[in-house]
Amino acid sequence: MTRSGMRGISRRRLLGWTGAGAALAGAGAVAGFAAGESTSDAPADPGGGVVPFRGVHQAGITTPAQDRLHFVALDLTTTDRAAVISLLKRWTTAAERMTAGAEAAPGGAVQRNPEAPPSDTGEALGLPAAALTITFGIGGSLLDKLGIPRPPELADLPPFQGDQLDPALSGGDLCLQACANDPQVAVHAVRNLVRTGFGTTTVRWSQLGFGRTSSTSTTQQTHRNLFGFKDGTNNLKAEDGALLDEHVWVPPAQGPAWLAGGTYLVARRIRMHVETWDRTSLAEQESLTGRTKGEGAPIGQPREFDLPDLGPGSPIGADAHIRLASAQNNGGARMLRRGYNFVDGSDGLGHLDAGLFFVAFMRDPHRQFVPMQSQLARRDKMMEYIEHTGSAVFAVPPGLGDGAYWGRTVLEG
Amino acid sequence: MSRRSLAATTAALAVVALSALSACTSTAPPPGGAAGGGPVQVRASDTACEVSVTQAPAGNVSFSVQNTGTKVTEFYLLGTGDRILGEVENIGPGLTRQLIVEVPQGGQYTTACKPGMVGDGIRGPFTVTGNVPGSAEGDALLAGAVSGYKRYTTSQVEALVTRTQEFVDAVKRGDVEGAKQLFPVARTYWERIEPVAESFGDLDPRIDGRDDGEPGVEFTGYHRLERDLWVTGLQPDSNAMADRLMADIRELQARTAGIELTPLQLANGAKELLDEVATGKITGEEDRYSHTDLWDFRANVDGSQAAVAALRPVLDQRDPALGPVLDQRFRDVDVLLEGYRQGDGFVLYTALTEQDKQRMTQAIDALGEPVSQVAAVISA
Repeated sequence: MTRSGMRGISRRRLLGWTGAGAALAGAGAVAGFAAGESTSDAPADPGGGVVPFRGVHQAGITTPAQDRLHFVALDLTTTDRAAVISLLKRWTTAAERMTAGAEAAPGGAVQRNPEAPPSDTGEALGLPAAALTITFGIGGSLLDKLGIPRPPELADLPPFQGDQLDPALSGGDLCLQACANDPQVAVHAVRNLVRTGFGTTTVRWSQLGFGRTSSTSTTQQTHRNLFGFKDGTNNLKAEDGALLDEHVWVPPAQGPAWLAGGTYLVARRIRMHVETWDRTSLAEQESLTGRTKGEGAPIGQPREFDLPDLGPGSPIGADAHIRLASAQNNGGARMLRRGYNFVDGSDGLGHLDAGLFFVAFMRDPHRQFVPMQSQLARRDKMMEYIEHTGSAVFAVPPGLGDGAYWGRTVLEG
Repeated sequence: MSRRSLAATTAALAVVALSALSACTSTAPPPGGAAGGGPVQVRASDTACEVSVTQAPAGNVSFSVQNTGTKVTEFYLLGTGDRILGEVENIGPGLTRQLIVEVPQGGQYTTACKPGMVGDGIRGPFTVTGNVPGSAEGDALLAGAVSGYKRYTTSQVEALVTRTQEFVDAVKRGDVEGAKQLFPVARTYWERIEPVAESFGDLDPRIDGRDDGEPGVEFTGYHRLERDLWVTGLQPDSNAMADRLMADIRELQARTAGIELTPLQLANGAKELLDEVATGKITGEEDRYSHTDLWDFRANVDGSQAAVAALRPVLDQRDPALGPVLDQRFRDVDVLLEGYRQGDGFVLYTALTEQDKQRMTQAIDALGEPVSQVAAVISA
């Protein structure tokens, strides 16, 4: 993100211009204001400003992980391609506006016609852009419904040992990942897009997340998951240009053409039984993880970013989580993780419904995620404390050039 | 009926219900308020309802209601027979809310503040002078829509009277099985025109109230008899309840005969009927003893479609793209609902699976969005 993209701008400020008669013809105009017209009386945006919506890749992947997530998977209620295209165009316009800190549609929450329902739901009025990104993905089931061939990488994931997948929390024809540094901004984005979709799409499942569990930039500290451990120390990061090309971005030669420069998203809802974990000794917790709890260093090393010793005689156990998940143990496979913690209330039995919403981006789920997860599912002793309750894979098309809309390359290609 | 037993929002009102957050950013044009411009100022305390001006010219009358008391309050503009022309509710202490009411005809009206949201409220007279052509009279198509829907309402109320009489007679004969058969049939005509009926604020809770266990609120009407028929067996006062229901339905008929509808009421009514489906029928709350919710579902959708159909020529003129979308979405709901037909009626709510309810919710969401745009097109 460029510095100029980080200026503060709030919806209230935009609203003021609208009221004064400024014609916000479209998102381009809004972005223009954001970049060029931000004035000293606009509230400062401690949330990280505006992340550019268009670019070579979609935002929300290597963007420094924001603190909050609202992820939604939707199903088509039609197989009419024209209706889907119409929705994707409207979604793109609304998403671009909202990421610039504007309301979802011109007129917005307090438009002139008091007889009409407002075109924006209003809960983000006065809030800054908060580094909102909205990332769009396509499920294999959507391609099936519209008669478009599925790339082999988008085949359904195989079952893994110990999976407790709930169909109501899995799959989906489309996904929207909204990330922001203000939870209300992320929820506002998803809510308005869901509303726009009525009649063409319906919500299949949705997940809120907080406390990013991965850092996706070297400028960020490593956060902790709800087991209390640093998570994502060895993650791929925005600065790893060559590694990203190797592990994350789909090269043109891999195909299909519409996905060149895109990636695949694997989402797993991982319930963590925090109550039993909390009764586990520190030594056991560290041994299961393969890292120290305080520093997050690999067992046997002093610092977090020291390379773990996985050779013969290593103090890291054969079944330790970091060993099983390591690139060395998985044929060099790596991925860009972008997960979030969640607590979805309680389970009715006296326990928190808590866990990790695992999100990772990669070139090929079946060469990267699947081998690692089958290792973990079979051998990771941490599996005693977790269960996977939701699962989905989406193709994430490349970024948009000027005037392009989400999904154009696949639907009109 | 709606969850809010006294909330009758069909009247020709535009509630610009603004909390402090958005009040300062409103871009709504100032509607004609009291003569001399500006809204009529209302100071609503726990014991008084001070209205700055008690007279306004016909047209859009605008009120700015400030709650200076300690209780949550409501403000109403009432017509003859306490018909609600406009209301703004849930005004917390210290808050100011705006209300715009379309009053095309001059005459005597009543303002009422309701501190604590109970009772008849603190009332005062309000005079509207002159007669501006209402939006309906200003446009032949709109006038046609209103008169067409008025005929629909009249015919539905006639059938409501006949069917309810049959139902009431069965109850009074002690014919429980016969009454059970007639219950969802009679209600069909009520549910089709429910927003009109709800605009008579006092009649709706008497006819269609539910037993929410609220102390001091008498449980009467269809649902009281429903409980007697399906759960408790007929009670010593069941016959009296049946007579009261019939009397209330006849009163509804008398009041409906003189009702003046506006195009906006039709549009809002069409939307509210779908809201009723979403919050009352798909949840099984409406007919909790008999589980005949799908009859009511069907009737609400019929009523919504009738109101939209009456407005269709205006829609086609002003927003030609909207009509075909509405047609398709109403068709989708029809196809879905007819899948639950059983004989002359429908399967019971208890036979529905979660997946069934999910499909219904999706279909009503898909329909509700375009229907919610109708009022904007009509009033543009």
